[in-house]
Amino acid sequence: MSLRVMVGVKRVVDYAVKVRVKPDKTGVITDGVKHSMNPFDEIAVEEAVRLKEKNVANEIIAVSCGPAASQETLRTALAMGMDKAIHVEIPQPQYDTMQPIHVAKCLAKLATDYKVDIIILGKQAIDDDCNQTAQMTAGLLDWPQGVYASKIEKDGDLLVVTREVDGGLETVKLKLPAVLSADLRLNEPRYATLPNIMKAKKKPLDKKTPADLGVDLAPRHQVVSIEDPPTRQAGAKVADVDELISRLKALGRI
Amino acid sequence: MFRLNFKSIARMRSVIERKILIYSLGNGNAQGLSTSVVNFVSVSTAPPPENPGNRKGPPTSNSFAVNMFRGVINTEQVFPYPEVLTSEERETLEMLIGPTQKFFEEKNDPVFNDDKAEIPESTLKGLREMGAFGLQVPTELGGLGLSNSQYARLVEVVGSHDLGVGICLGAHQSIGFKGVLLFGNPDQKKKYLPDVASGKNFAAFALTEPTSGSDANSIRTRAEPSADGKHFILNGNKIWISNGGIAEIFTVFAQTPVKDEKTGITKDKMSAFIVERAFGGISHSKPEKKMGIKGSNTAEVYFDNTKIPSENLLGEYGEGFKVAMNILNNGRFGMGAALSGTMRATIAQATEFAVNRNQFGRKINTFGAIQEKLATMSMKHYVCESIAYNVAGNMDRGFTDFQIEAAISKIFASEAAWFVADEAIQILGGMGFMKETGLERVLRDIRIFRIFEGTNDILRLFVSLTGMQYVGSHLRELQKAMKNPGSNLGLVFSEATKRLFKTSGSSSKAMVPLVHPTLSEAATLASQAVEEFGQAVEGILIKYHKSVMEEQFLLNRIAEAAIDTYSMAVVLSRASNSLHKNLPSAHHETLMTKVWCHQAYDRVKTNLGLTKGERNIQITKDMMAISEGICHNGGVVQSNPLGVL
Repeated sequence: MSLRVMVGVKRVVDYAVKVRVKPDKTGVITDGVKHSMNPFDEIAVEEAVRLKEKNVANEIIAVSCGPAASQETLRTALAMGMDKAIHVEIPQPQYDTMQPIHVAKCLAKLATDYKVDIIILGKQAIDDDCNQTAQMTAGLLDWPQGVYASKIEKDGDLLVVTREVDGGLETVKLKLPAVLSADLRLNEPRYATLPNIMKAKKKPLDKKTPADLGVDLAPRHQVVSIEDPPTRQAGAKVADVDELISRLKALGRI
Repeated sequence: MFRLNFKSIARMRSVIERKILIYSLGNGNAQGLSTSVVNFVSVSTAPPPENPGNRKGPPTSNSFAVNMFRGVINTEQVFPYPEVLTSEERETLEMLIGPTQKFFEEKNDPVFNDDKAEIPESTLKGLREMGAFGLQVPTELGGLGLSNSQYARLVEVVGSHDLGVGICLGAHQSIGFKGVLLFGNPDQKKKYLPDVASGKNFAAFALTEPTSGSDANSIRTRAEPSADGKHFILNGNKIWISNGGIAEIFTVFAQTPVKDEKTGITKDKMSAFIVERAFGGISHSKPEKKMGIKGSNTAEVYFDNTKIPSENLLGEYGEGFKVAMNILNNGRFGMGAALSGTMRATIAQATEFAVNRNQFGRKINTFGAIQEKLATMSMKHYVCESIAYNVAGNMDRGFTDFQIEAAISKIFASEAAWFVADEAIQILGGMGFMKETGLERVLRDIRIFRIFEGTNDILRLFVSLTGMQYVGSHLRELQKAMKNPGSNLGLVFSEATKRLFKTSGSSSKAMVPLVHPTLSEAATLASQAVEEFGQAVEGILIKYHKSVMEEQFLLNRIAEAAIDTYSMAVVLSRASNSLHKNLPSAHHETLMTKVWCHQAYDRVKTNLGLTKGERNIQITKDMMAISEGICHNGGVVQSNPLGVL
C-alpha cells in the first residue's frame, strides 16, 4: 500500500536569533532577521522522506501557508527530499493576523483535494508555540491524531505511534488517514546537501490562494500588545521559615 | 587664454618638468631592481586595457584605484555600489547558506582539527556531500556554478567558523584547479573538473620553492620537453604547498626552454602544467607543523622525472608567470570575504563579553577604552566587507581590471583581521588568552593571511608600481601629443586645464553628487584625498622617474595612502546605497563611514606628507643606514646600557 504524505512547514525566526520586541509593541522585529524552517517541521519533513525511502510512502508533498518568502522554506523541504511543494500564498497584512485555525482549514482542504493519507506537522512553531494546528486539522477532517510522536511505524493498515506525554510514553494505533505531529526525538533531520538544493529548483512548486481553498482569513484574535518579559528581580535569602512567612506576608503573597 | 603671470609660468615650468619625466620614462629599463618586480608589474597587468581597439589613446582603465593615481575619480566600478545578484541567484544563495552554516556549527569541529592537525574524513565526506569542493565549477561539469558574489558569501560562512577548513577548500578550488577553469582547454576541463568538483580528487597550487617565494620568476623546477615533443620531464622541489600531501591534481609551475624565433636564443620561461600524482615520480613530506590553520595539510612536494603528457600544458607555452599571477589575482577576493566572516564572528564574541563583564561597578562596554576598540574593530570589518563584495561584484559584472582593488582587498583584510582578533583577545583579557575561549586559535589561523598568496609587502609595492605605471603611460601619450600638438589638441588642453585645478590646491568635490546628502562632508574629504594623492604621485614621478622602483620607503607610503583613499570611496558608496534603501543599519553605517573617512583622510595626509621634504629623505637615509648596521652586526648593534658584555 503506497501512501501520500503531506507535511506542513513554517518559516520562522531562526532559533539562534536574539528576538527583539518592536518599539510599537505590535510584535517582534522580523526585518533583516535570519529566518529558517521551524525545527519541528524539519523533523516532520525528515520523517516523510524516511517513509518514502522505506517505500511506505510513494509521494511526499510539502505545504506552507505564508507570504512570498515562505518559498525559501519550501525549497529547503524539497532539497531534503520532498517530491513537490504547495505554497498557499498569504499577503503580509493577513499573515500577521493568521492563526492555527486558518492554517488548519487550508491543510484540511488540501488534504481532501490531494487525497492525502497522512499529514505530518511539527508539534508547534517556535515563534508562537501554539501547538494547535495538528489537533485542529484532525478535528476539521475528523481524522484520528497522533501528536507528540517520537516513533511512527506501520502495522498492516494501521499506524502505531509512540507519543511523548507528561507521564512517559503512550502508544496508540491509528486507522488511516491520520494526522500526526512530530516531537523532538522522532528523528534527526538530514542536512540538505548543496547539490540537492540545486536539484530542488527543478521540482514542482504549486501556488494556491486561500480563496482557492475557500478559507476565510478574518482574524479571530486581536493581539493587544507584545512586551519583553519583566526583568528578573534578584532573589533574597531568608534565615529561617519564620522570616520567610513574615516576608511573604509583607509582600501580600499570603 | 594663457596670460603671462605667475600661474602660467608655474604651469609652463611644470609642463617642462613633465616633458623631462615623460622622456625618461620612455627610455631604458629599470636598473637595480630584480627583473621579477618589474615583470611582476608589467606582466601582471595582464588583462587587456579597456579600449584595446583605440591605438591612438593611452591604455584606459575604469578601475577606480588605478585612476586615483592620476588624481582622477572614475566612478564606474564603485558608484553606485554594485548589486549583481539576479533574483534566482539570490534565492539559490539563500538556500545554500542555511545548510552550510548548520554543517559548520554542528558537524565540523575546529578545535579537533586544530589539536589533531588534520581534518577528519567524516568532515571531508560531509563537505563533499555539500558540494563544497566545486562551488564555481560549471554545473554541467559537476559543480555548483556559483558566481563570485555567491562564492564570497559562502566562503564568509566558512571563514566565520574554521579557517583551516577554509584553506583546505580555498587551496583546492580558489587556486589549486582555478587554472583549469581560467586557462584550460575544453578537453582539460572535461577531464579534470568533474573529479575535483566532487571532491574525489584534491587539487594543489605548486609554485613556491625553497629559493623562490616572492621572487616567483626565479623558480628552478624544470620541465624539459622530450625529443618527440610528446612529453615533458618534470624535476624539482616545491615547498609549503597547501594540500600538497593529499592532492591528486597539481597545478605546477616550471621553467621551460623557450626559443625566441627572431634571435634564435633559447631562454628559460615559466610554463604551467596540470600534473597528476598518477604520472609517477611524485612524493611528499610529512605535514608541516604550523602556527595556525593546522587542519590544512601543508607539505613539500618532490618531482623526480615525472612524465607529463604535452596535452597537460596549461595556457600558453612560456606564459606560466601570467597564468600564476592571474590565478592568484582571480582568487584574492575570496580572502576578503572569508576574513570578513572571521571578523564578524570574532566581534560578536568580543561584544558579548564586553556587554556582560562587570568591572569597577559597571559593564566594561561603558568605558571609552573599550568603546574605541569595538568601534575600530567594526569599522575595519565594514571596510573589509564592503571592498570584498565590491571586487566580487565587479568581477561578476565582467570587469577585468580589478587587480589593484583585489590586492588592496587582500592587504586590508589580512591586517584588519589580525587587528580584530588581537583586540578581541585584549577585550577578553586573561580569558582571551585561554585556549577554551577559541580566540587564540583564530589569531594563529589569521597570521598566515598576511604572508601567502602574495605577501602584503609585495602587494603594496604592486599597488604602487602598477598605479604609477598607469600614470606613466598616460604621460607618454601626452608627450607624443606635445611633440605634435595638432594631432591631439584635446589631450593637451585637457591636461592644461587639469593642471590649473591642481596648482590652485585641492578643491575637488567630485564624489559629493554621487552620495547621499548626509555623506557630503565625508565625500568631500574622499574627493580631496584622491586629488592630493594624484598630485603626490605625479610629484614623486617627476622627481624620481623610473628609479622610483628602488624607493620602497616611498612606495609603501603611497600604497598606504592608496588603500585608505580607495576604502573611503567604497564605504561612501555602500553607505549611500544603504541610506537610499532605508536599511535598518543605514544610520549605523553612516556613522562608521563618516568616522572612517575622517580618520582615513588624516592618514592619507600624513603618508603623503612623508613622501616630501628634506627631513623625510634624511629619515629614509638614516633608516637604511640603521638597517645596514644591524645586518653588518648580525643583530642589534649596541650592547646593554650597563655595558656588561
